[in-house]
Amino acid sequence: MKTMEVRLNVNGEAKQWTIAPGDLLLDVLRREGYFGVKRGCEAGECGACTVLLDGKPINSCLMFAAQAEGADVLTIEGVAHGDTLDALQEAFLDHGAVQCGFCTPAMILNAKALLDRKPHPSEEEVREALAGTLCRCTGYRKPVEAVLAAARESAR
Amino acid sequence: MNSPRAIVGQNVRKVEGVKLVTGGPAFTDDIDIPGLLYGKILPSPYAHARIKRIDTRKAKALPGVHAVLTYKDVPRVPHTTAGQAWPEPSPYDTYLLDNKVRFVGDRVAAVAAESRAIAEKALRLIEVEYDVLPAVLDMEQAMAPGAAVIHDEPDSKGIYDASRNIAGYILRGIGNVDEGFRQSDRVFDREYRTQRQQHCALEPHITICWLDGDGRLVIRTSTQVPYHSRRQVAMILQIPVSRIRVIKPRMGGGFGGKQEMLLEDICGALTLAARRPVKIEYTREEEFYMARTRHPQILRMKMGVKRDGTILASQLTVVATTGAYGSHSTTVQGNTGSKVLPLYRAEHMRFECHVVYTNTPVAGAFRGYGCPQGFFAQETLVDEIANELGIDPVEFHRQNAIRLGDIDRLSAQLGEGKEGLPRVVRSCSLPECMDRAAAAIGWSSKRKALPSAGHLKRGVGMACTMQGSGIAGIDWASAFLKMNEDGSFFLQVGAADVGGGADTVLSQIAAETLGVSLDKIVITSGDTDTTPFDVGAYASSTTIISGGAVKKAAEKVREQVLRMAAKMLETTAENLTCGDNRVTGVGKSATMTEIALHAMYKQKTQIMDGASHFNTDSPPPFCATFAEVEVDTQTGKVRVVHMATAVDPGIAINPAQAEGQVEGAVAQGLGYALTEELVLDGEGRPVNPNFLDYKIFGAKDMPKLTTILVETDEPLGPFGAKSISEVPINGPAPAIANAIFHAVGVRFRRLPIRPEDVLRGLREKGDLGG
Repeated sequence: MKTMEVRLNVNGEAKQWTIAPGDLLLDVLRREGYFGVKRGCEAGECGACTVLLDGKPINSCLMFAAQAEGADVLTIEGVAHGDTLDALQEAFLDHGAVQCGFCTPAMILNAKALLDRKPHPSEEEVREALAGTLCRCTGYRKPVEAVLAAARESAR
Repeated sequence: MNSPRAIVGQNVRKVEGVKLVTGGPAFTDDIDIPGLLYGKILPSPYAHARIKRIDTRKAKALPGVHAVLTYKDVPRVPHTTAGQAWPEPSPYDTYLLDNKVRFVGDRVAAVAAESRAIAEKALRLIEVEYDVLPAVLDMEQAMAPGAAVIHDEPDSKGIYDASRNIAGYILRGIGNVDEGFRQSDRVFDREYRTQRQQHCALEPHITICWLDGDGRLVIRTSTQVPYHSRRQVAMILQIPVSRIRVIKPRMGGGFGGKQEMLLEDICGALTLAARRPVKIEYTREEEFYMARTRHPQILRMKMGVKRDGTILASQLTVVATTGAYGSHSTTVQGNTGSKVLPLYRAEHMRFECHVVYTNTPVAGAFRGYGCPQGFFAQETLVDEIANELGIDPVEFHRQNAIRLGDIDRLSAQLGEGKEGLPRVVRSCSLPECMDRAAAAIGWSSKRKALPSAGHLKRGVGMACTMQGSGIAGIDWASAFLKMNEDGSFFLQVGAADVGGGADTVLSQIAAETLGVSLDKIVITSGDTDTTPFDVGAYASSTTIISGGAVKKAAEKVREQVLRMAAKMLETTAENLTCGDNRVTGVGKSATMTEIALHAMYKQKTQIMDGASHFNTDSPPPFCATFAEVEVDTQTGKVRVVHMATAVDPGIAINPAQAEGQVEGAVAQGLGYALTEELVLDGEGRPVNPNFLDYKIFGAKDMPKLTTILVETDEPLGPFGAKSISEVPINGPAPAIANAIFHAVGVRFRRLPIRPEDVLRGLREKGDLGG
């Protein structure tokens, strides 16, 4: 099989991986042990495979790994600050926003991209940011509250 | 009512929460297994066909293919895939692989190969010649003379009447409905139709199997029923139960879809054939039509009432389809009667149901388990009756609904596939649930508000519903606890946290009973080698049944701890109490750590014990659902503005998690009401097996949610708990349909209520907005 090299930063660490040209970023990340990147539909519809690529949320199931050459990729594994959870992660736990937890990484990453861009979003903006992540467990109220609470927390 | 509690009733964080918010390995697929093969199933392209010839030689010859299985290669053992207690009340009409296919997506063959791409290529190389048979797609045609017989095989068992495609038949009642209708001042009789809804757990079905060093089959799988799966796989693959280990890692949602032995058997068969680890994971498309759905039903509901609104008689006659196989067929439909009709105190009740086979995707367990269909009919009809009689629907419910101390006699007639046990209402806050949800939605003012002049019409509607808490006399669970040197406890339960938080709730029950902090409980759940038996996560049973087992086990262990401490403190156990990670009394105290060290290294005793638990009754949780909608009479679009849901769950062990259960159920109920339907074409092929065309509610689609817990103290539940996960899914569809009627004066009796249906309804009423 034809292979190629891809160089990228994942969670701040430089990586060089041998991949096939057609490998999806989702598959490569999971193969490399980033299990927080979830496979929910492989069609860009559920958003469970969201990672931040240069700070922007993307569906890693819709992107070839080769297209991430030179990019900064952030997965859920890189959101905490060492042993200290990010305010978003704390808020998701405190507000009961995690049920099964399968979409949680994508929710938190989408929320992080929003708060990095806009530290004090409205509820409407939070819902817009989470709109690409389907959740079958929570009904979204607690995740939305968690994001708003995290925004308030970091304002202090 | 209760002494203050340290942990039960508190919004503690989820015990596995940090792992989930940091992306730690948790789910079935979050594991690296050397030499893992990819399994794929060849789905039938036809709704009904016999396999005339199947040739796998080319597939087997493809490099990288390690196993190809057809019906010729595997044992033929009739079974059900329904994850139910033995002996399962569902018919044994399913085979690991068969020479006949009965729906589009039925298993034709399976392969295991080095990569997914090779596995997919191998499927294309399997040559199949089909003898295509006439298909029965319409449930109303299934019983008609001359309809193709779907289960004509001689070896299936437990089918009610295979020659007429009837998987199951139920006829039960109390009193005499005909007499009741004669005594009634008004009799209402309407037909309702419900659709095929899919669970859409974000984690699709996935199973990974391997042979351990001793040659035992290890099944790592996303299942609600680890123990039932072990028993069923043993039977199907004809290996001893003791040679199988089922491990349930974290589950990415189940909603009943994983109360099913779905991939475990075929993945195990491929593993045994290839002698290599094999993974099978459904794609999202496969999940839609090769997993399970909610049973579609046609419901005929008849009610007789006095002029003052008293319900005298209710009769529900149902035709339901279970699809090609009878998984959960009579039990889901039994619930449509037994958990729905007794909401009202009518003297006379009758429930009749034919569950028929069709050549369509298989239906199964789905949150609500037959109740969403039944309550859609009943609560829409009741709203109509109240309106006709000029009685406020809330008052109508107050007048007729079951109440504290009542005995539901229909449940004694209608159990889990057989006669059941009478249900006594020992706790009930339904009247207060109605009051509080009504206040939240602004019922009394909005009900009287005059219709607005524009094309956007607002309305409010309501529904009351109930469910059970475990299956009376059948569901049981066990738990085991042992103490460690640091004063912590290992809690081992067979229970299977679907994602709703059972591991946390069960840990809370153990910690509260033992008087230790939550971090002192380390839970392992759903591993058939290391945890004791539990029927699994279904029927709203885990908190009350598994929780009951945990409480009993913890009480026994607490006794041991107290007796050990009594020796240390030179007193008797009766003088001591557990709390704050220590044992205290007679002016003395020992920490749990000291007690554990004393037990283990001085007394040479492991403090440990286990317990089993079941109930002979299934205490109903109650729910009042209120909806406010805005109907656009130009487009037919229904926008739900506000859903207020008040639930009586008994005591909520973890109120925040309980609210989350309500809100998730409401979101699924909104989809059931307005958007979700797996559509089949004229050949039985799925038209919309993806999230673009099958619309579930997203963050921006949701209305305002108000969630209210109106707690009661249930005598049969641990710390007074009943259940909460299912009951709130029953109300949204009827409450929304009733709110739409309030807004525009049109009744909708078919789900989902799509914009085109609303426009058609408005047109028939001659009331299209300008």
